[in-house]
Amino acid sequence: MDRDPRWLPEMVVTDECFDATGVAELLQPIVDRHRREPERLLQILLEAQGVLGYLPRTALTAIADAVELPRARVEGVAGFYSFLHLQPVGRYRILFSDNVTDRMLGSVELMDRLCNRLWIERGKVSEDGLVSVDTTSCTGMCDQGPALLVNGQPLTRISAERIDRISELARAQVPMTDWPREWFVVADNVRRRDVLLASGWSAGDAMRAAVARGRERLLDEMKRSNLRGRGGAGFTTHTKWESARRAPCRDPQGSRYVVCNADEGEPGTFKDRVLLASHADLVFDGMSVAAFAIGAEKGLLYLRGEYAWLLPALNGNLMRRRQNGLLGVAVCGQSDWKFDIDIHLGAGAYVCGEETALLESLEGRRGVPRIRPPYPAQQGYRDQPTVVNNVETLCKAALIALRGGAWFAGLGSKQSTGTKLLSIAGDVESPGVYEYPFGVSINQVLNDCGAGNAQAVQVGGPSGNCLATHEFTRRIAFEDVPTAGAFTVFGAHRDMFEVARNFAHFFAHESCGFCTPCRVGTTLVANCMDKIANGNGSQYDISEIFRIHRLLHAASHCGLGQTACNPLFDTLNKFRPAYERRLRSLDFAPAFDLDQALSVARQMTGRDDPAAHFSRAAGFQRADP
Amino acid sequence: MNAPSLLLDGLPVPFSDGQTIMEAATVAGIFIPHLCHHPEFKPQGSCKLCTVKANGRYVSACTMPAKDGMEVENNSPDLNDKRRTLLQMLFVEGNHFCPSCEKSGNCLLQALAYELEMLTPHFTQFYPDRPVDASHPEVLLDFNRCILCELCVRASRDVDRKNVFALSGRGIGKHLIVNAESGRLADTGFSLADKAAHVCPVGVILEKRQGFLQPIGCRRYDLQPIGMQVGRPPATGSSEQGS
Repeated sequence: MDRDPRWLPEMVVTDECFDATGVAELLQPIVDRHRREPERLLQILLEAQGVLGYLPRTALTAIADAVELPRARVEGVAGFYSFLHLQPVGRYRILFSDNVTDRMLGSVELMDRLCNRLWIERGKVSEDGLVSVDTTSCTGMCDQGPALLVNGQPLTRISAERIDRISELARAQVPMTDWPREWFVVADNVRRRDVLLASGWSAGDAMRAAVARGRERLLDEMKRSNLRGRGGAGFTTHTKWESARRAPCRDPQGSRYVVCNADEGEPGTFKDRVLLASHADLVFDGMSVAAFAIGAEKGLLYLRGEYAWLLPALNGNLMRRRQNGLLGVAVCGQSDWKFDIDIHLGAGAYVCGEETALLESLEGRRGVPRIRPPYPAQQGYRDQPTVVNNVETLCKAALIALRGGAWFAGLGSKQSTGTKLLSIAGDVESPGVYEYPFGVSINQVLNDCGAGNAQAVQVGGPSGNCLATHEFTRRIAFEDVPTAGAFTVFGAHRDMFEVARNFAHFFAHESCGFCTPCRVGTTLVANCMDKIANGNGSQYDISEIFRIHRLLHAASHCGLGQTACNPLFDTLNKFRPAYERRLRSLDFAPAFDLDQALSVARQMTGRDDPAAHFSRAAGFQRADP
Repeated sequence: MNAPSLLLDGLPVPFSDGQTIMEAATVAGIFIPHLCHHPEFKPQGSCKLCTVKANGRYVSACTMPAKDGMEVENNSPDLNDKRRTLLQMLFVEGNHFCPSCEKSGNCLLQALAYELEMLTPHFTQFYPDRPVDASHPEVLLDFNRCILCELCVRASRDVDRKNVFALSGRGIGKHLIVNAESGRLADTGFSLADKAAHVCPVGVILEKRQGFLQPIGCRRYDLQPIGMQVGRPPATGSSEQGS
């Protein structure tokens, strides 16, 4: 998705380098390829950035003109997504994955090392415009971290030696195509296979099975299976399909839609990445089966920007399916079955995993969750009835089309049928993807993955639950410990306060900013955690966190805000000493540190003598004359 | 056949089909605090000041359709405490200095802070750096006071058909922008005659040379608390001050 560093001349790029006519000409093939459709705006912006390196002011104007949208709306979209840049970035743009698992593997020290070797500050572009280094939210490589993205390409298992080599290659401006190939290897690390991962079906098998059953019987089988959504909420898939199928199309010309939510943004989860990399046919079969069931003519797969590197293979797969009669007209030889699939790229926005924010993003807008009701099954993509399902859910639907609902319902527990993929990472011997029937105990999972001294497991990512040892007898199931798939293990030596602080910053970074409580509250909470981390915390700050937690839980517009304080709430309740040993007093301490505030002045004047310091005792004397 | 009604703090409030809780309450003369809601525009439910408890669940009164028999809790210590915290969040997020603000007395944010007895901002101020835009001959934009209610966005888009305003950024970095490559209001099609010039509930969009024509102390919410003005059209930006 990003340009090769060789494409542009070696110069420092600014907005002044892009004159309006030149930019409009450069971008014309891109907007034309997207038929100047406003709904393709995000895709157009991504490709425009691929050509120009970032999105200068003139480019936004040219794109707005081409798609006939107000310029401010285009700028609003460009300003929303982390992977779109309104300011120049380095020709090598290096983003360290900032999940807690990457940190546990030393990513912070590695990033410092790289910044030092390149003589740059984090978040800033080097003076020659060559390189920039920053962090990004979890890139879904927790089982092979620390990980980073260079111009959108993932590098896994980063070590100090690799960091040194990366800095040399970047400085020598070696094209990324000439970097060692083994750095870019992304392993599947499948550790336990059950019915999904062990299945050996060929492309189209599930679709042919669905056709053989017919639409009514297929829906009966779905109902019998009691399949529930694997994205976390656990809504019954059959109910979604049935209501989308029955909902009237508002636009008589319009169609129903099937959307695959491949915006796997929950920190700690990566199982959808493995499904998309190695079981894409099952995913596309699942989408087609859903389309067959509800009468949809169009499918959209929303692929998170961090997985853009999967795009060529996925598009190749779609081409093959078109050639083999599995997509297009007369699908599976059925003269009345018309269906095709398009892939849309996200651009770094966790909130787009929320299904209505995802639909907004698919329509080329800022990824802000919609007001519900109406639900997508009634009014989804383009206000038409739309089924939005997680990658794993669609794979399961394909299996149900093949093997029937009763077979599926025989797996797992009564309320949680079938199997669940877990993305296991952290302090374990064998991180990777594990498939279990629902109902498996935390203890058994910990045994299987080799977690010797776990003190806690974060199940379902930051928005899920943090379980302590006394809860390890609990089971993975909707009725006990529900999960979208993340299973992050923390050994006894880990500091649970720092884990929660990482999550607090994650939510502050990913809040869409639509509603007041989440927009301001997530930042207030992150600041509170920093205050405690800096040794200025008190019991007062802990009460503040609880208070904000209650407000966010009650008043936030969507699940992101409602769950944003969960990890803090859990760790405060279960790992309180991790907080309390940092508190300066158990009453109140101000965040403002007078001596610390003088550090900038000291740096500027090059002084560090005792007279340039404001001792705490002296400070109080002077402040209160 | 009886008209449908809901119970608002125990009082029966009739409503007609399709009305929201907010609309039903307004007709009945009951005040539900709000900032981003305006009866002339499509509700958006972002400020969350109008959070009420409907049948035990927290919902936004401005977007939630009223249902027959629905029990709604509005004026309760729990909800007012949450609203106060939301106000405090808005106060520390921007730069709000009421004594020196020319919107003082006509400002919805200030009026609600009085109404809900917000005594301090409570949280640490963010003090964001938000330069003002004085480029337009008739109107000043002081972004420091923006509460991101999107009323100007909606008015310019849905009434004026000009799309002068939009939001950019994300999270705490979300901010109001104008429709010009230069980023200046003077380079947009904005005019004082626009609806969008008169919907700002706080002191962002201000008509120039009108600032203190109406003295502080004689303004709308100086005279009567906002909670007693239910049903009157909301404060209408700069034009209000001259009247």
